[in-house]
This record gives sequence, structure tokens and C-alpha cells, in this order.
Amino acid sequence: MEKQKGHIDYNNPVITIRGLYKAFGDLEVLRGIDLDLYQGENLVVLGRSGTGKSVLIKIISGLLKADKGEVNVLGHNMNTIPDKELQELRVRIGFSFQASALYDSMTVRKNLEFPLVRNKKGMTRKEINQATETVLDAVGLLHTINQMPVELSGGQRKRVGIARTLILNPEIMLYDEPTAGLDPITCTEINDLINEVQQRFHTSSIIITHDLTCAKSTGDRIAMLLDGQFQRVGSFEEVFNTNDDRVKPFFEYNFVE
Amino acid sequence: MDNTESTSVPIKKRSGFVQKLADFFAGMAKINAFIFRFFREAFRPPYEFKEIVRQCYETGVRSFTLITLTGFIVGFIFTKQSRPSLASFGATSWLPSLVSIAILRALAPLVTALIASGKVGSSIGAELGSMRVTEQIDAMEVSGTKPFKYLVCTRVIATTIIIPILATYTAFIGLLGGYLNVAGNEGTSYKAYMEAVFEPITFLDFESSLIKSIIFGFTIGIVGCYQGYYSNKGTEGVGKAANGAVVTAMFLVFIEEMIIVQLTGWFR
Repeated sequence: MEKQKGHIDYNNPVITIRGLYKAFGDLEVLRGIDLDLYQGENLVVLGRSGTGKSVLIKIISGLLKADKGEVNVLGHNMNTIPDKELQELRVRIGFSFQASALYDSMTVRKNLEFPLVRNKKGMTRKEINQATETVLDAVGLLHTINQMPVELSGGQRKRVGIARTLILNPEIMLYDEPTAGLDPITCTEINDLINEVQQRFHTSSIIITHDLTCAKSTGDRIAMLLDGQFQRVGSFEEVFNTNDDRVKPFFEYNFVE
Repeated sequence: MDNTESTSVPIKKRSGFVQKLADFFAGMAKINAFIFRFFREAFRPPYEFKEIVRQCYETGVRSFTLITLTGFIVGFIFTKQSRPSLASFGATSWLPSLVSIAILRALAPLVTALIASGKVGSSIGAELGSMRVTEQIDAMEVSGTKPFKYLVCTRVIATTIIIPILATYTAFIGLLGGYLNVAGNEGTSYKAYMEAVFEPITFLDFESSLIKSIIFGFTIGIVGCYQGYYSNKGTEGVGKAANGAVVTAMFLVFIEEMIIVQLTGWFR
């Protein structure tokens, strides 16, 4: 499916990061990251494994704390946000994990209901069922509603994982390696789903990947993360056709449709 | 901000003994913070009643068969092994009293706690550990729910409720095992046996046994949850969490047993 350009409001950044540093022991992972994600935009963060891409979105979601720098998400400073506000903010941020992170002791239905019943109080059983079925239908997996996660394929698990985040109507979606470990056809389906989510749910997204096909088909803008810093930010073509010797090898060893 | 579970704070490494000492105190502080967090969150709404009931059922069912078998064998064997000593004084009529004191005061809570450490503690450690390494706990965190309350508080409350019930059941089964042995050898009636069993038992025995079981239950739950909740290093970490839950819980149960016996002795 060809990516449709959604409406991006370049005057309205939903995430602003300035001078972000993060280290684990002696290993400096992020070294002075600056980033803006605009309303309605799909931003792809490309980079080799271990360059801190996942660390970046974990800091944005409040799972990790920055060592230094400012991270502002939907108007909240993540360094100083109180616990209660963070809980409320997280409902507005969807996080799709690399390995889906479905709760394996619950059915697909229970997986989707879990965040819903705990965050949207006062919903009737009928409304909960309706919300669950609507998002599952949106990812094309309504028929799996009573299955256990272990019975699903890798691609189905990713879709259910995305559905579980969509059920709270997030304003920001964070995708951690959405196509990792999937066959090319399923990858295309997931890429299409990411674009569909952007169009249908009007989300702003950060997509972490090292899959260039995914980057090309989902990204409005690409940010190339190398050595703990963004070496290149721009459209796919701008980044792809760079003469930067630090960035070029990444594309030379990858195949793009 | 205590919900930044996975935060890795850079720590300058020291060498040798100083580092080990620092690690030990850091570990103790982390365990204390974990226990403090349990008390802070467990009694605040929203309450996960359904999950507590489910965990109570799981905890009870997981240990039921083994506890029945072990309780019976302990009662039967203890009576059988004690008989020759008492018989040499012509005092086999004291067997029911001896059995009841041993089982109610010490064996029932201890045996139940040790079995639960193995069955329940390891299971909690492994379950939470695998949830940690597969990012399921992080997924709960980022979806605005409270994994600590849902996963830790419910399990600790469940073990704290269920272990005393199981210990009471173990005591009953153990006394039954003792009865079969006594009845087989002395032909004592069930009524006479039970009267003899409860004759030396005081309220303090029941009370200390109950308090002990509650403490054991809490220990098994909190240790299993702590090991699983902070497990890392992938599948290796899950194994370590399960193993750590069993070993630490058993060790603590023995220490607690020793302390409570001493304390009860002062009151007796």
C-alpha cells in the first residue's frame, strides 16, 4: 500500500528532546540527542542494533530516566513529572514492544481489556466488549478474540500488541522494531497497519527499526542514529542519498524495495 | 519516581571487599524499599480483589496434594518413630500429646512453609521473572496500569492468607496420620485420641502457630515477587529468580522459626 501523506502540524511538536544523555555504567548510549516529533508525523529512527534506539523510546515513555537533558512529552517534562501525572500521561502514549509483550496468561480479549478497565472507569460490559472488538477488527484479528497469545503467529501477536495500545486512543505511538523477525509479506502488512493507524487514529509515531523497507514505507521523516547521536535527519531520500561516510555503509548493506 | 523499574544507574565500580559490602547494603536497601512499597500500595485503592482470589486459589491448589501427602507422612512417621522411646517408659498413652505439641507448635507451619517455598515461591519467581524478561511488566507500566499492585500485592496477600490455612490443614492431616498409627497399635478410639491431642494445647500454641504461618506466607510471597520482579539477563535470569526465591525463602523461614520460637518461649 502506498503511504498517504497525513496532515502534519509542524507548529505543534508533541515530543521535544534537547541534549539527551543516557549511559549504562561506562557505556554511553545516547550522547546529546535533539529531536522534535510533530503532530500527525511518523518519524522513523534508524540505526544499527545496540545504538540506543529502544532506550530512546523507553525514556520517552518514562520506563527509563534520562541522565541529562530535557524530554518533553505532550507538554510534560519527563524529568520532573510526578508519579500520578505520569500514569495519566502514559494512557496517551501507546507502546508496541518488539516481542509484542502480550500477557501470556490471558486471552486476546483479556489482554485488550486489561488496560481499558483500569484506565477508563465506569464502562459497562457492553462498552468494553464493543471497544475490544472495534480495535481488534481494525487490526484484522477479530476472529482471534478468544485465543491465547501462544496460539498466534508472530505477525498476529504484533497486531494484537498494537491493538492493545490503540484501545486507549493514544495520541503518540511508539513502535519498537515492529517488523523484526517477520517474513516479508507480514512485514508489508505491519507497515500498512502502521500507516493505517496514523491515518485512522490521527497518531504521531516514532518507529524504531533497522528495516529500510519499513522506514521507507512508514516514515514521513527519517532520523539516523549512530554513535549515540542523530547523524542525519530528513526524508528517506535525503538520508538514503547522503554522502556522509558514517551513514552510507548502513544503506549499502541493506536492501530496499 | 519509583516506576522507572528498568533504570540502570551508572555506578562507579570499586574493588574487592568494599564493593561487596556496598552491593550488600544496596541490596538490603532495595529489599526494604520493595517491602515498604508493598505496604504503601496494597492498602490503597483500586483493589484487585478478583486477582487476589485467583492467586489464593492458585496458591492453594498448587500445594494441596503435596501438603496432604507430606502432612500425613510427617504425622504417621513422627508417631511411629516416637513410639519406641515412650514405650520404654511405658508411656505410649502420651503419644497423642507428643504428636499434637510437635505438629501444632512446629511441624505444621514449618513443613507447609517449606513446601510452599518450593512450589509457590519458585513458581512466583519464575512467572514474574519471565514476565520481566519478555517485557510484559513494562507493557503494563506503559499502559498506565500498576504492575506492582496487580502482580506483587495480589500474590503477597494471597500467600499471606493461604499459608496459614494450609498450615492448619497440614496440622489436621498430620494428626490424622498420627491417629492411624496410634489406632493401629493401641486401638485408641478417634474420640479418645482427639481429646488427648487437644489436652496439652494452649491458646498460645494456636496463636504462635498462626502468627508464624502468616509471617512465613508473607516471606514466601515477598521473596518470590522480589526475585521475579527484578530478574534480568534473559532466560538465565528466570532460572535464577526461581532458584533464588526457593533458597532465600527457605533460609528466611528457618531464621524466622528460630526467632519466633524464642519469643514464644518468653511468653510461655
